[in-house]
Amino acid sequence: MKVDHTLPLEYQTEENSNRVLGFWLFLGAEIVLFATLFSVYLTLWNRTGNGPSGAEIFEIGPVLGETFLLLTSSFTCGLAVHSMRLGLRKPFMAFFAITLLLGLGFLGIEITEFVTYVHEGATIQTSAFLSSLFVLLGTHGAHVTMGLLWGGGLMIQVKREGFTHDTANKSFIFSLYWHFLDVVWIFIFSFVYLKGLM
Amino acid sequence: MKWDEFFVTGEPMIYGAMVSIVVASLAILIGLTYFKKWGWLWREWLTTVDHKRIGIMYIIAALLMLFRGGVDALLMRAQLAIPENGLLDAQHYNEIFTTHGVIMILFMAMPFIVGLMNVVIPLQIGARDVAFPRLNAVSFWLFFAGAMLFNISFVIGGSPDAGWTAYFPLASIEFSPTVGNNYYSIAIQIAGIGTLMTAVNFLVTILKMRAPGMKLMKMPMFTWSVLITNVIILFAFPVLTVALALMMFDRLFGTQFFTMANGGMDMLWANLFWVWGHPEVYIVILPAFGIYSEVISTFSRKNLYGYKSMVWSMIVISLLSFVVWAHHFYTMGHGVMVNGIFSITTMAIAVPTGVKIFNWLFTLQKGRIEFTTPMLYSLAFIPIFTIGGVTGVMLAMASADYQYHNTMFLVAHFHYVLIPGTVFAVIAGFYYWFPKLFGFRLNERQGKLAFWIIAISFNVTFLPLFFLGLKGMTRRMYTYSESTGFGPLNLIASIGAVGLAIGFIVLVYNIYWSFRYAERDTTGDPWNARTLEWSTHSPVPEYNFAVVPKVDSLDPFWEAKKSGKTLFTDKIEEIHMPNNSGQPFILGMIFLFFGFFMVFSWWVPAIIAGLGIIIMLAVRSFERDHGRHIPVNEILKTERALANRMDTDAGLRGEHA
Amino acid sequence: MLLALFSALLVLLTGCNQLTVLNPKGPVAKTQSQVIIFSILTMAVILLVVYTLYIYMLTKYRASKAAPDYEPPHVEGSKWLEITWITIPVIIVAVLSVVTVRSTSAVEKVPEGYEDQKPLVIYASSSNWKWHFSYPEEGIETVNYVNIPTNRPVEFRLYSFGPITSFWIPQLAGQKYAMSDMVNTLNIVAEHEGSYMGKNSNFSGEGFAHMEFEALAMAPSEYDKWIEEVKDTASELTEPEFDKLLETAHVGRLTFTSTHLDFRPAPEGENAGHNHGGENGAEDMDHSEMDHSSMDHSDMDMTESNEHEAHN
Repeated sequence: MKVDHTLPLEYQTEENSNRVLGFWLFLGAEIVLFATLFSVYLTLWNRTGNGPSGAEIFEIGPVLGETFLLLTSSFTCGLAVHSMRLGLRKPFMAFFAITLLLGLGFLGIEITEFVTYVHEGATIQTSAFLSSLFVLLGTHGAHVTMGLLWGGGLMIQVKREGFTHDTANKSFIFSLYWHFLDVVWIFIFSFVYLKGLM
Repeated sequence: MKWDEFFVTGEPMIYGAMVSIVVASLAILIGLTYFKKWGWLWREWLTTVDHKRIGIMYIIAALLMLFRGGVDALLMRAQLAIPENGLLDAQHYNEIFTTHGVIMILFMAMPFIVGLMNVVIPLQIGARDVAFPRLNAVSFWLFFAGAMLFNISFVIGGSPDAGWTAYFPLASIEFSPTVGNNYYSIAIQIAGIGTLMTAVNFLVTILKMRAPGMKLMKMPMFTWSVLITNVIILFAFPVLTVALALMMFDRLFGTQFFTMANGGMDMLWANLFWVWGHPEVYIVILPAFGIYSEVISTFSRKNLYGYKSMVWSMIVISLLSFVVWAHHFYTMGHGVMVNGIFSITTMAIAVPTGVKIFNWLFTLQKGRIEFTTPMLYSLAFIPIFTIGGVTGVMLAMASADYQYHNTMFLVAHFHYVLIPGTVFAVIAGFYYWFPKLFGFRLNERQGKLAFWIIAISFNVTFLPLFFLGLKGMTRRMYTYSESTGFGPLNLIASIGAVGLAIGFIVLVYNIYWSFRYAERDTTGDPWNARTLEWSTHSPVPEYNFAVVPKVDSLDPFWEAKKSGKTLFTDKIEEIHMPNNSGQPFILGMIFLFFGFFMVFSWWVPAIIAGLGIIIMLAVRSFERDHGRHIPVNEILKTERALANRMDTDAGLRGEHA
Repeated sequence: MLLALFSALLVLLTGCNQLTVLNPKGPVAKTQSQVIIFSILTMAVILLVVYTLYIYMLTKYRASKAAPDYEPPHVEGSKWLEITWITIPVIIVAVLSVVTVRSTSAVEKVPEGYEDQKPLVIYASSSNWKWHFSYPEEGIETVNYVNIPTNRPVEFRLYSFGPITSFWIPQLAGQKYAMSDMVNTLNIVAEHEGSYMGKNSNFSGEGFAHMEFEALAMAPSEYDKWIEEVKDTASELTEPEFDKLLETAHVGRLTFTSTHLDFRPAPEGENAGHNHGGENGAEDMDHSEMDHSSMDHSDMDMTESNEHEAHN
């Protein structure tokens, strides 16, 4: 295995740098995926049928909470990667754990929100608007869930193996994924909630 | 669901299909057991991560699907051969043209091209494998699971029947209550995820794993075409993913995306479908252009004319492919402005495509043209595809399209594009690269015979359809009355279809005969070709190149042969190779079951299978497999054994380095 | 060989009006037919250039003709040739673009020379595999046939009670989609009397192949007479009757003295798709339950005999 020590740990082998590029490309596809979901949402957002409109069901409080949690988690995720580059395992584990807990909190609020909507009679079957809302939010939420499972697995691996080419590479790629989900959320916050509440 | 609804019943043809599926499966099982081949199958094929073997599996699958789609086509042409034919009823005909379209595009053209990519790209850029060999196997098995799931629909539950475009609301649960369109949305989804992974894999491979010295502008044209194609896949397939997911939600979970009530929007489906669908056309055409470039250059014994403009024209085509989708429904009434813009962008594609046609023609100029089988397909492509191209320009003109839309004229046009474009190309590529994989050429006489039958029959089949379109015959009609006057031209077309079938039978016989009797090639370079893949042995050893070649020109192998130099200057070192793994195959099979349970809305098994998928991902995440190393003496042994078969004058191989 | 086939096409074009699309009977279809012929001729020139070069290259540079020691030169390409085969197609595309935009704009409007006449509005809607034609001004409705006066602009307003269909009378005008949540407009004028084939050209399910109708263009006086006759002989279309009709897969010709627009308005204006909830146009047309015995046309065809008289 060729190892280039001038690079950060997560890039040092050829395989690792290929993986990082591959993941960036995959994120390119993810951007198209979410862009398509946003187009669908923006096409259907005023086609509410007999169901409620966004202004009628959206509440700013929980959404601000979600935003705060996810943005903070992105920051702690960055701190975790920084600790990894400095070779500090304990801070890494701590920041990583905080990241995942914040993600879990986000998910909790989102699920509560969904339950509230459904109780207000706004289900995924009610109207085209609500179908597109639930699918857009749900796709993001499913990504966060996947991230939690993935991140949990990574913590176990780092705990067992320490920082190796493998674990460093995976943790770095995880951070790319997590920041990406944060960016998507900012778009959801602006184009779904703010637009709907205005 | 009752059992009598589960299996498709009441159709003699389908009973026949069921029996033949059972008999064929039993024969395979018994054969494998009798000849003790289970272990061999598992070790050498099901668990392989070798790009060459994966490529071969893709191509075998594509040939099987070509047979399935071809039978569909023959049934359609048989039904339409005479007016008011009673061979098929409307429902059956609708299912057949739907599956014909889906299978030919997604389960024949795509895997054939991905198969050739797999076989050729690493060899052509001087790499040992693709960037992510394991992921490559996952891609294949996901494609395979999707293809199998789609084909099962024929006997279990019923095939989709709303056309390969599956327009809503026709494809909604309201108007299409059988599980057919569930199969459509789920089977294509599974295969599509595999394709997306392929795109990531090949982009990284081409961007990062080229031989030293191979700058972007020194890449062979096929590699360029695959690079651009994978960029298109990366940006187009997620749209399909979303479209199919929304379709599945509408059909299984009662959402309102494309429904007729509660704000649903039927044309949203059409837009999403074609935002993917038109780039998809270029996904299957651009690699074909790459293949033709290689073949024409090789058999003209000349470098490719206008290399740079060939590259740029493909880039322009790939960009334009994303801004033409609305030409598939000018008639939905979005006004002069929108139609005008999309007409112009569509016609603009003719310019870069024309550039390519002229560059191929001028590659021939002053050449030394040899009419081998791959070259015949490539040469036939130019005039036939040009008809497809110019009729495409005609269709692009919105006002005139109001008269062509949905007619046989359109059917004729896209077959004139896709058959000489894609099908001829994959056959040409198959004949061209076959000796690299198997160490012998397919018999040329039989190959040429098949070519002439196919090329002539193609025109007999599809030329009449232009006229039928102008006479007002719409596509997807399962019957027509005698008074329409469509009879004679349809009969001619059907005769042509029989000719095509005969041509393909000759082609299959050609493969069979050549496996048994063809003369073995020991040079590794039977065509006297130009690019890196021909500089290694045939069949290619698992590590591809004993030492990595060094490149300083386009057509490096040709230059090396002419100047008598070698591309292989490094010493042989031990080679790192990935290990085989059963995980991709198992993952594919779990996806197959997951998809099947979803089709029938069997939630509990579906959730169990879904958990199985997550477990497989976790297993992979916790696995530490760093591959193995082939020691130097083993490489030397292999190389010597391969070289001993060789003529003495082919002294450019790695072991001399 | 291909060239020969293509010239056969040209011969067919000039000497033959068997090709429905190229045998127009009204200004819209005529514009389209002219665009088609113009584009075919342009494309024929392009094909001629490509085929000439092709044949030249293949006959001149085949290996069997080359000297044994001939080695092809290395040619990078030619700037001037590249510029040529970019510029000329760009010019051709530009010309075709102008033609396209102008003709598209022409066929979307009321045809030239007919602008000052008040158009006859006919709502054409599809359900399952039949066409309903509502004449709101005359207050009549027909199924599976439409009679129109010659030399008067007719404005078809298209929509569907189910899958997307495409309304097409090739000899009068190119097609347009009929969809459930919006109304499309198709302007036509018939300049010659006659019976023209009309059909749905967009695949819409099992009965699609039989989804045809007759468009009969008649002199204005004849047309007025037909209206009178319908009013005398046919009966009113009631809502239950219309609901039953919607569910029927196929029927023959029907004629009524009122339109369904009164109780089931078209999806336009405030009834358009994005405004309505679920009532409009989304009837429970359950195909599996459909009663195919009602395909027996005779009992539905109350006014068939009258129509035959009207045609004569």
